[in-house]
Formats: sequence, C-alpha cells, structure tokens
Amino acid sequence: MSVVTVQLGQCGNQVGQELFDSICSDSQDGQRKTYSSASCERFFHQTTHGDLVARAVLIDMEPKVINHSMTKAAHSGRWRYGDASHFSQKQGSGNNWANGYCVHGPRHREVVEELVRREVERCDRLAGLMAMMSVAGGTGSGVGTYATQCLRDVYPKSYILNHLTWPYGTGEVIVQNYNSVLTLAHLYQLSDAILVHENDTVHRICSQLLNIKHISFSDVNRVIAHQLGSVLQPALTADSHGAYSRNPLGEMVSALACHPEYKLLSVCTIPQMPSSSLAYSTFSWPALLKHLRQMLISNSKMEEGIDWQVRPPAASERTRSLTAGASFNTSLANLLILRGKDVYCAETGGFEDPALYTSWLSTEEAFNLWKSPVPFNKYEKSATLVSNSQALLRPLDNMVGKAWNMFASRAYIHQYIKFGISEEDFLDSFTSLEQVISSYSQLS
Amino acid sequence: MTQSVVVQVGQCGNQVGCRFWDLALREHAHVNKKGLYDEALSSFFRNVDSRKSDGSACGVGGRIQHLKARAVLVDMEEGVVNEILQGALSEVFDSAQLLTDVSGSGNNWAVGHMTYGSAYREQIVDKLRKAAEDCDCLQCFFLIHSMGGGTGSGLGTRVLSLLEDEFPEVCRIVTSVYPTAEDDVITSPYNSVLAMRELTEHANCVLPVENQSLLDIVSKIKHMSHGKPGPTIKRDSTIISGQGGLSEAEKPFDAMNNIVANLLLNITSSARFEGSLNMDLNEIAMNLVPFPRLHYLVPSLTPLYTLADVSVHTRRLDQMFSDAFSKDHQLIRADPKHSLYLACALMVRGNVQVSDLRRNIERLRTSLPFVSWNQEGWKTGLCSVPPVGHSHSLLALANNTCVKHRFMELRERFTKLYRKKAHLHHYLHVEGMEQSCFSEAITSLSSLIEEYHHLDATKGRFMQDSPRLSIAR
Repeated sequence: MSVVTVQLGQCGNQVGQELFDSICSDSQDGQRKTYSSASCERFFHQTTHGDLVARAVLIDMEPKVINHSMTKAAHSGRWRYGDASHFSQKQGSGNNWANGYCVHGPRHREVVEELVRREVERCDRLAGLMAMMSVAGGTGSGVGTYATQCLRDVYPKSYILNHLTWPYGTGEVIVQNYNSVLTLAHLYQLSDAILVHENDTVHRICSQLLNIKHISFSDVNRVIAHQLGSVLQPALTADSHGAYSRNPLGEMVSALACHPEYKLLSVCTIPQMPSSSLAYSTFSWPALLKHLRQMLISNSKMEEGIDWQVRPPAASERTRSLTAGASFNTSLANLLILRGKDVYCAETGGFEDPALYTSWLSTEEAFNLWKSPVPFNKYEKSATLVSNSQALLRPLDNMVGKAWNMFASRAYIHQYIKFGISEEDFLDSFTSLEQVISSYSQLS
Repeated sequence: MTQSVVVQVGQCGNQVGCRFWDLALREHAHVNKKGLYDEALSSFFRNVDSRKSDGSACGVGGRIQHLKARAVLVDMEEGVVNEILQGALSEVFDSAQLLTDVSGSGNNWAVGHMTYGSAYREQIVDKLRKAAEDCDCLQCFFLIHSMGGGTGSGLGTRVLSLLEDEFPEVCRIVTSVYPTAEDDVITSPYNSVLAMRELTEHANCVLPVENQSLLDIVSKIKHMSHGKPGPTIKRDSTIISGQGGLSEAEKPFDAMNNIVANLLLNITSSARFEGSLNMDLNEIAMNLVPFPRLHYLVPSLTPLYTLADVSVHTRRLDQMFSDAFSKDHQLIRADPKHSLYLACALMVRGNVQVSDLRRNIERLRTSLPFVSWNQEGWKTGLCSVPPVGHSHSLLALANNTCVKHRFMELRERFTKLYRKKAHLHHYLHVEGMEQSCFSEAITSLSSLIEEYHHLDATKGRFMQDSPRLSIAR
C-alpha cells in the first residue's frame, strides 16, 4: 500500500526531498528484495522506463524552493519527482498564516486537490496521506492547514498524518508563535496524528552527536529525514503476519493516537553518529534499548546528557497526580521500531513496565513493537521510538505562552485581521491548545 | 518570482536611484554568467527586443536583449534626469518612464505636493500603471526620495498616497533621506514634518537614512584605505564603490548614494536569489511592523569593506554580526542598544550557515533590550548569493524606539520656525494648503513620538506574563 506525500512550503519541500532521498538510498542499498520492493511500492511509482518517481505533490506559493528540490532530486540519478506534480505561485504568503489559510489556500484548492487525486489514482491501494510542513511560516502553516482540511473532506476514510517541523525557540520568524498556535489548533481537529520534529533538538543532534561544525539547514533536514524514514520504511508488525505491514499509517495511528485529545507524537532515533565512525562502532540491543528507555522517561531527546537519576514513580505513588519525578515523562502509548541485525533477540521488556504509562490503557495496548531484520541507512542496528507522551508538553506550553503574551499587547494582530481572521479565531485557537496542554499534564 | 518597481522622485531620489540601477546591473552581471534573462533579473528589469515593432517585453528564459529598468523617474527640474539620460545608464530607461518639468519646487513641500501633485496626477498614475502592467506579479513599490526639499518631499509623498489608492495590495517601502540639523535648506523642518505625516499614514515600511551617517561611513572607509600600512582593502568591495558598474567617473555624493543603493540591493536579495531560508519583501513588513504606524526601521549594513587578505572565517563572520549593532554602521544616527527593540531582522548573504546565525543571535541577544512581548523577536533570512566583492554580508533592520529621538529633534526644529511663523506664507500661498495642514502634521508626529514613549516606559520594568486562559476541568 502506498503513501502519498504532500510537501508544503519551503521547509516541507526541503525536508521532503531529503526524506525521499534517504528512503531511496536505503531501499536500494543491496538489501533484500522484499524490503526493497515494499519500500519502493510505498513511496515511488515506477515508470515504463524503470525510473522511480516519488509519490509526492510539491506545493509552494513561490517557485524557488520547488525548482531547487526538483533539480536536486533529478541529480541524484536514482529517483525524481513527477514533472507535473508541483504547483507554485509567484508570491509567497509573507509569513502570514491568515494569508495562507484564507487567501492562497481557497484560491488554489482545486489545483491542489487535482494534483493529489492524480497521485492517489496511481496507487494500487492508498495507505494514507502525509502532509509535511513547518508551523512557523505562512505557506506551510496556513496553506498546509487549509490543504489538510481539503484532504480530510475528499478522503474522509483515509489516514492523514501531519509531519510538522517546529522552529528554533529563538526565532526564525517573529510571528512564528502565532502561526504555530493557529496551525496546531486547527490540525488537531483534522489530522489523525501529528508527528513533530523540533529544530532546536535536531540542531543539537547535529552538533553534539554528528560533530558537524558548520550546521546548515541541509544537515538538519537530513537528520529529520533519517528519523522519519526509520519510522516509515517497511517493518513487520504484530498484525502483519510475517510480511511487511501494508498499513503502516493505520497501524501507527491505532497504536498511538487512540484518543482525540492526544495526537502529538515525538520521535527519537538512536544511534546517531557521524558516518565516518559507523565502521568502528559496535552496537548491542540491550545497550541501545536501555538508553532509549531512559531517554523516554527523562524526556531527553538525544543520546547525550541523559539524566539517569529520573525513575518512574513507585507503584504506591501512582495514585497521586503530582509525584516524584516532576521530570518524569509519562507516556500514553509508545511504538518501538527495531531495525537491523539480530533484531529477533532484542529484549524489550523494559518498555512494557506499567510504571511508564498512564493507567487507562493496559500495557499490551500501550506498547507496540515493530521489527525489521534489514539494517536501516547503514546503521547495523537502530531503534526508533515514536511516543505519545508528555515529551512535547513543555515546548508546546512555551509556544502558547509566548504567543499569548504577544496577543495580550495585540502586536501584529492587524496583519492577520487584514486577511480575514478575527480576534475570536485567535481566542478559539488558544482555548483549544490550553485544552491539549491540560490533557497532557493530566497524564501523570 | 515577483517584480518590484522603483519610483525615484526629486534630485536626491534620482541620484540615489541612478546609483541603484548601476549597482544592480553590476550585481546581476556578476552572477548571471550565461547572459540569459532569468527570474532574478526580471524582478527589476524588463527584457525588450527592440527589433519588435511594439517594443514589448520578452519572457523569462531567453537571451538578454535590452534591459529596461522597472522604474518611474519623476523630477520637477530637468537637470538630474537629463544627466542620467546622457550618461551610461541612458539605455536602461525609456522616455515613457520619465516625468519632468522645468522650474522645480523651490524647496517647498506645498508646491510639490499640492501644485505639481494635482497637475501631474493623471500622468503619474498612467506611468505607474504602465510599469505595473509590465509586471507578472508586482510585489512592491520602492519609493526613493529626500524629506528636506520640495519635489522629493512634497511630490514624493503625493506619489505615495497615489500608490496606496491605485495599488492597495502592493507593499510600499520608502527610503527617505532625512536632512541633518545643519542642512542648508532653511525650510527643511517644515518639509520633513509635512512629509512625515504622509509616511506614517501611507507607507508600509520606511527606511530612514541620514546624510550625516552616510558621510561618517564614507570618511571611515576613506580613512581605512588611504596611506595606512597594514591590510589593504579589496577595491571593489566597499559599499561606497561603484567600481565595475557602468558609470566611470565618480561624482560627489556617489559614495554616499552607493551605500543607500546597496541597502536596496540587500533588502531584495533574498527575493531575487535562492537560499536555505528565503525572506520575501512581504515578510519584512509582516515581521517588523507590530503596530501599523510604527514602521520606521533602522538600517545597518556590514561589512563596509572586505580586507584583501583572507583571515579566519568564523571570527570575521562574528565580527560582522557585532558590527551590525554598532553605532558606526547604522544609516541614521541612533543608539538602538540603549533604547527598546520591538523587532529585528537579519538578512544574511553569502556563505553563512544557520549555525553561524544561531550562535551570533545567542551571543548578541543578552546585550540587546527587547520589548517584553517579543523577547525572541528575530526574523532571519539566508541568501546564498553574496554581494559583489564580498564573501558574505549582513543587513540588519531594527524596529527600535531610538528613532523617536530623531523625530523629537525634527519636531524641535519645526517648532522653532513655526512659532515665529517664519516662511509660512510661501506655503500658505499655495492653492490647497492651509494652516491646518501644519497643525495636523505636527500632531501626527507628536502622537507617533508618544507611541514610542509609551513602549519605552515598559523597558526595564519587569512585565508580568499575562494570565493564561484556564480550562474548566
């Protein structure tokens, strides 16, 4: 079954290109044929000449980035984007969510739906749709939200996953918190699951784990692509009966996002190291899993500076809502994906400890495991954790807090009102997100 | 890709504009090796095939035939425009883009705004329409003028309100050259204050520039490059140099005007060329203007020059960021570090990565006071194409309350004259001009200053975070 990806705005298109690149090189890496063909089927369609064409639609309100991404893809020699699978305008959305959502989105609705429809029809069976965008700007956030709404209308029964890139805390765009709040509040009603990468976290991975001296956006995007790829590449699931799962998005959504109040998913992949060091490193499943578990409970998003002091609360304390370990990260549900050598020997009991989870789900429901014997992207063994937990609570709270402070002075509001949204719309969005924050806080 | 139209009004406006077109051609020639008319060129130039009988423009992708500037040149005297037409840039302008008269405005805002404004209204609108129609997707009008005289100040601001009426959707970015206190035009305070009101009401963004600051920068560079032993400066790299452009001899004021021209080139660089974090012109107004009237942005440009020898990349880069916040590099006399930042944009060109940007923002933000609700108010853009002669450059645009000091000075100079009713009759004689124009203009300026005062009052005070919405459980 195939996934159709919609890349929106500069970030969505840049990350999307790296994602397809990473997936393509992984699946063609002299791997086993079933893995390779499952992966290709999922993300590419093959032309009569044998070219791999990404199942993707590229949308942006200005042309430079799409041109760049399409050229870069074609230069790889291994895959490319469809010639007619993109849409751009001449003038961007000016970092204005309202401009994207109220003006550009509706204006180009039909074209976008048509492009997606063509990609969907090329699929034998549709596993679902993935929209990739950032929340800080105007097109990815505004047009992306509107597009998600249209997709939800046109494909009411399909799984829709939104991959969001959250900006650096110290600003790429001054009104980024407004744009983020408006996007998240709307997407919460439309999306089945929202998978988040934060630029700050990925930046630290680049500098501390990958030892990159002069970090560029390409480096950041490549890490995101690696992590996302490790989630989406074929895997054997509990339901797939010995073959690669044909319903990856559906299984992920039902594993993790079972409750409409809880849709925010974070991703952690280990190990991450410079490719030059890979040849000299050995990995063991017990070590990897031990680290990953501690990263989960101490809310450490990367494999460095993990706080080993944090422990899950003891059973007797579970009944109190605020307990030991204000720094303890309670999960609603987790999905662990193991890829590589000896994967069947991996012992995952540590993740089945009920102390990690909130009490409403049984551990069988809360913990899910996927495996693939095929090493991913040159890592002999790698483990990815997709988590529906309090990991994003603090960043979300900060984002809403800053936006609220700015809203209290009504700064920049005239820029949004100009394009058609009102102060009421802002208040509604704030209210929705406070609700989400409250729900996640109550997990402990 | 979008296009922009430059409207240059008055002597100063046209002289600066002239330098802009020269440097723009130089920049594109440097980048565009194949001689193809690409999207970047089309943002400021049309490509006209003069063999075609209707002289219509060719689309993007073909070879460059004849580049024509997307510009409208207005002056009520012929001298400056004629000089342009006789100079090296004559090919770049079409006679249809020009509007001139003979007698000038006599340094009288009212003559420029009322008399010529009414007389030439239709012709101006006509020429603007034509320029707009030649654009596929017009994003921005750049108006260049000075505040102290009659034409640039009076007719220029009349053009501004025409732009707002006729093209309300198109962004209006105004580069205004403010007079210094020692300006030899006695009535410059009147002209400036009358113009200020128009700018406050009709512009989306104003980039104020002061002659004194430009002079200081020019002398700093000349000092560096003359007769000092030690590192030598690459000749064509200074922001005052026009070397490599079409014009050969450097005229007086050219050095200063080149600085302003470079400002305009850098502001539009990310919209024209590609980069890892694009910044379009409409994003500038969006991010830097939190309240509609407070749209005066302090520009600062670095580096002023590049040393001929190659030194450590990172150290030079960090120095560039520090310099952008030093008083020596601002284009108006202002001390933003001791006032309050409402927002700040950093537009970087060249070989700079996001990590360099982050490192410097982290380093600098502790010493820069930002308003309480915008503590992390940075807008950043990375364009991969550096300016000619440099490996990288930075343009900082700050919305900072320090501009109020300039406005207060202006108000003082205005009041000194107005109290005595000095020279007032020259203005009141002009048809359409009344005493109320003066009182309204000074009121507008005062209330603008008040808005800045109000924000400044919050500086340093610990501002409680607004209580968040609470959700019923």
